[in-house]
Amino acid sequence: MDIAQTESEMAACVAGASGPVAIRGGGTRGLVLPGEVLTTSGLVGVQLYEPGALTLVASAGTPVAEIETLLAAENQQLAFEPMDHRALLGTSGAPTIGGVVAANVSGPRRIQAGACRDFMLGVRYVDGTGAVIKNGGRVMKNVTGYDLVRLMGGSWGTLGVLTQVSLKVLPRPQAQATLCVPDCDMAQAVKTMSVALGSPFEITGAAYVTDRAEVLLRIEGFSGSVAYRTGRLIDLLDRLGAVELRAEGAASGAIWKAIRDVEAFAGQPGDVWRVSIKPSDAPLIAPRLKADALLLDWGGGMIWARVPAGTDLRARIGQMSGHATLVRADPETRARLGMFHPQPAPLATISAGLRARFDPRGIFNTGLMDRHQPLGV
Amino acid sequence: MCPAVWPCLGHGGLSNPVIGNINLPKWGVNMDMPTPDARVLARKARIVACLQQVLPQDAVIHEVAETRAYECDALTAYRCAPMAVVLPACTQEVSEVLKICHREGVPVVPRGSGTSLAGGALPTEDCVILGVARMNAVLETDYDNRVIRVQSGRTNLSVTGAVEPEDFFYAPDPSSQLACAIAGNIAMNSGGAHCLKYGVTTNNLLGVTMVLMDGTVIEIGGAHLDAGGLDLLGLICGSEGQLGVVTEATLRILRKPEGARPVLMGFDDPEVAGACVSDIIRAGVLPVAIEFMDRLCIRTSDNFANAGYPDCEALLIVEVEGSEAEIDAQLAQIVDIARRHDPVELRESRSPEESARIWLGRKSAFGAIGQINDYMCLDGTIPVSELPMVLRRIGELGREFGLQVGNVFHAGDGNMHPLILFDANLPGDLEKCEALGAEILKLCVDAGGCLTGEHGVGIEKRDLMWHQYTPADLEAQMAVKDVFDPSWLLNPAKVFPLDASESRRGSKRAAELVGDARA
Ligand SMILES: Cc1cc2nc3c(=O)[nH]c(=O)nc-3n(C[C@H](O)[C@H](O)[C@H](O)COP(=O)(O)OP(=O)(O)OC[C@H]3O[C@@H](n4cnc5c(N)ncnc54)[C@H](O)[C@@H]3O)c2cc1C
Repeated sequence: MDIAQTESEMAACVAGASGPVAIRGGGTRGLVLPGEVLTTSGLVGVQLYEPGALTLVASAGTPVAEIETLLAAENQQLAFEPMDHRALLGTSGAPTIGGVVAANVSGPRRIQAGACRDFMLGVRYVDGTGAVIKNGGRVMKNVTGYDLVRLMGGSWGTLGVLTQVSLKVLPRPQAQATLCVPDCDMAQAVKTMSVALGSPFEITGAAYVTDRAEVLLRIEGFSGSVAYRTGRLIDLLDRLGAVELRAEGAASGAIWKAIRDVEAFAGQPGDVWRVSIKPSDAPLIAPRLKADALLLDWGGGMIWARVPAGTDLRARIGQMSGHATLVRADPETRARLGMFHPQPAPLATISAGLRARFDPRGIFNTGLMDRHQPLGV
Repeated sequence: MCPAVWPCLGHGGLSNPVIGNINLPKWGVNMDMPTPDARVLARKARIVACLQQVLPQDAVIHEVAETRAYECDALTAYRCAPMAVVLPACTQEVSEVLKICHREGVPVVPRGSGTSLAGGALPTEDCVILGVARMNAVLETDYDNRVIRVQSGRTNLSVTGAVEPEDFFYAPDPSSQLACAIAGNIAMNSGGAHCLKYGVTTNNLLGVTMVLMDGTVIEIGGAHLDAGGLDLLGLICGSEGQLGVVTEATLRILRKPEGARPVLMGFDDPEVAGACVSDIIRAGVLPVAIEFMDRLCIRTSDNFANAGYPDCEALLIVEVEGSEAEIDAQLAQIVDIARRHDPVELRESRSPEESARIWLGRKSAFGAIGQINDYMCLDGTIPVSELPMVLRRIGELGREFGLQVGNVFHAGDGNMHPLILFDANLPGDLEKCEALGAEILKLCVDAGGCLTGEHGVGIEKRDLMWHQYTPADLEAQMAVKDVFDPSWLLNPAKVFPLDASESRRGSKRAAELVGDARA
């Protein structure tokens, strides 16, 4: 397939497709999907950036790095802190903004600022018939009709090919600091994070590094504010055990980049899973994983687990409220277990119904989210 | 029951233009509701009897005198008594009711507290109103995980009320929060004064229990931060009661900030005020609220509430949160920026009393205007950078139509609330006002914005959807309803222009059912 350079060329590619297509942004997720590759790499560029209105509109294939550089020049950022998967997955390529949106990629700051989907203002996409659809726009508040913006976020290309996204951006905090609460077991760790997150001091990162048994907490803002809040948190948490100031500024930034990208698992053997749960369930569920390594983010609500290749982690967990996503595995394991947690029947029916409407020929990223349903081609 | 909850505000203010039927011409476009289905009306007795079998006696209202209480929401110019009203007490009862209505082909209009300004809860003659007002329990408060689970009929303010003793709050705070229900907030994806920092409903909703039109109960999300699979939660939020009936919700609660204080600034030129807003945001300060008022609103609310506002063209109220020292530092920075724009007044609050006085006029703005005039409140959103152009154009349009327009709105996020003043007793004035309203909303869309930032489409902006969306855009949205509610029985005559939804709605299903029954 020729590389589409415009939205209408993309629409023509989709309309002309005669079988399954695998939609690809930067290809950093290492997904191998059936069909011809349809790349967004020709759809690049920032159409609009208004720092005073906190809005950015960009073509889906625009590299995230390009956007982050542009924002940094105005002291702004993508507050949802999208993870860079390359080291963890051993992939190359450049993550694109369309890929980030399609996978709703959100980092440690999700607990305070929100997820990628919370920063989405508008989308343009090509549906399975080749029609160009828009929803939302470039304004902060918009309830005009159904919110297909959020539906497209996290739909992994199974409902359409994103061509353009608009996002809310936020000021980049002037200063940051990381506090460390050492020597915690997991139950203490989750409790400590819960106390911190339930304080008025606006924690923007709360992680538990299991192998070092330490809780890390991030505070961001104006420098006076960071100093004040750090002091108050130390007072608050001291009751639970020793607390120390671990890092400030760039050193603190590096700690959270490592957590964001799950650097500890990069280059280590085995499969990687991401388990989303109620934070207080973490100490109950974590032992069931029998993992080789664990990292807790989001105050305990996100467990990163490294397990021997081929492990069916969902079977190990058993009954749970939440879900487990297979992030890194060989193709055989991916095919056997599926990337996404199976859904209860009524939800699976709705999801299949939406797919059948948005992509009536069932050509987009087949088998990725719909492996439990018959394909519709 | 219906609009009385908020007498000081809403469509037409205190002296609502009460017009007995719902066939008013509005904005020169069709505001009719579809013709009621005679076959449904003919079976009223049997349908009511079925409903009475699954609900307690007092939970089924069908006498005409009593159903009148549900004839409208806060868009009070449009009224129609429903065929019947049901007030179930739990998810199971909702499911039973919907199974019956599905089987009988009866349209269902879900209702929270009836404060919608867009006609979202407006009945049709052949419908059953499904009110969730009796479902108002707190099911679980969980401070460790910072969530609360409530039945959807609980009012917005009483959610915060339930967690206030522990110094927590539920962030979205529509001005109707004393009355409006979480159900309506979810259906409309409602916002509030503090959404610049905390987001709107969709950003604070973690899970729902919802009943589909055929009675199927589904659970989406929960206490974890991201629901699995497609973002159905995001899709349901803002779907105006057309995809399912939400019966329970899991909401994010937050610890209250240590304190909050505003600064008031007056300017001689609205454009300068707009530039000041943009500079504050660019400087990296993120206030919780930035509110804007123009001269008409400043004068009217000052006369009404005696807030001591300066005599000027534009007023900003900017509020920040944190400890005393943090507030001081942020306000100092904001004041510094403001000074560069030659304000006619800068008044930093130093105490709770001063804060209250600064907010007093703003909070009574709608009420104050309602005292002197009938008014219509619009809700378009624009890119903040277009503020000066849009304000200028609104002024020009007002002069063209010979009507005054006041502006009071959330400046930080561009959600405007132009208030068009008119005289309901003057024949033709309401129509003129509605025509001007339509022009202003189109202006918002043309400026890169949208028809509605937080009130929803309902019936009010239904036909203006063509101005914002192409047929393919609308088709994609209607396809979603096809999946959740294939027979188009849930609140079917809302959101989409009637001509766009016609082939899907209507009596097709009822006809099939009658056919089945005869067979
Ligand atoms: C004085 C005043 C001030 C206001 N201020 C604001 C404001 O600041 N911000 C803002 O966003 N809005 C505001 N509004 C609008 C209104 O209060 C909101 O839209 C509110 O969320 C409606 O809630 P409700 O419970 O009254 O819903 P209703 O009016 O009863 O219904 C609204 C919609 O929700 C649907 N619905 C109701 N219950 C359910 C359910 N269980 N399941 C599915 N769908 C359901 C209905 O069918 C309807 O479409 C204001 C209104 C008034 C009158």
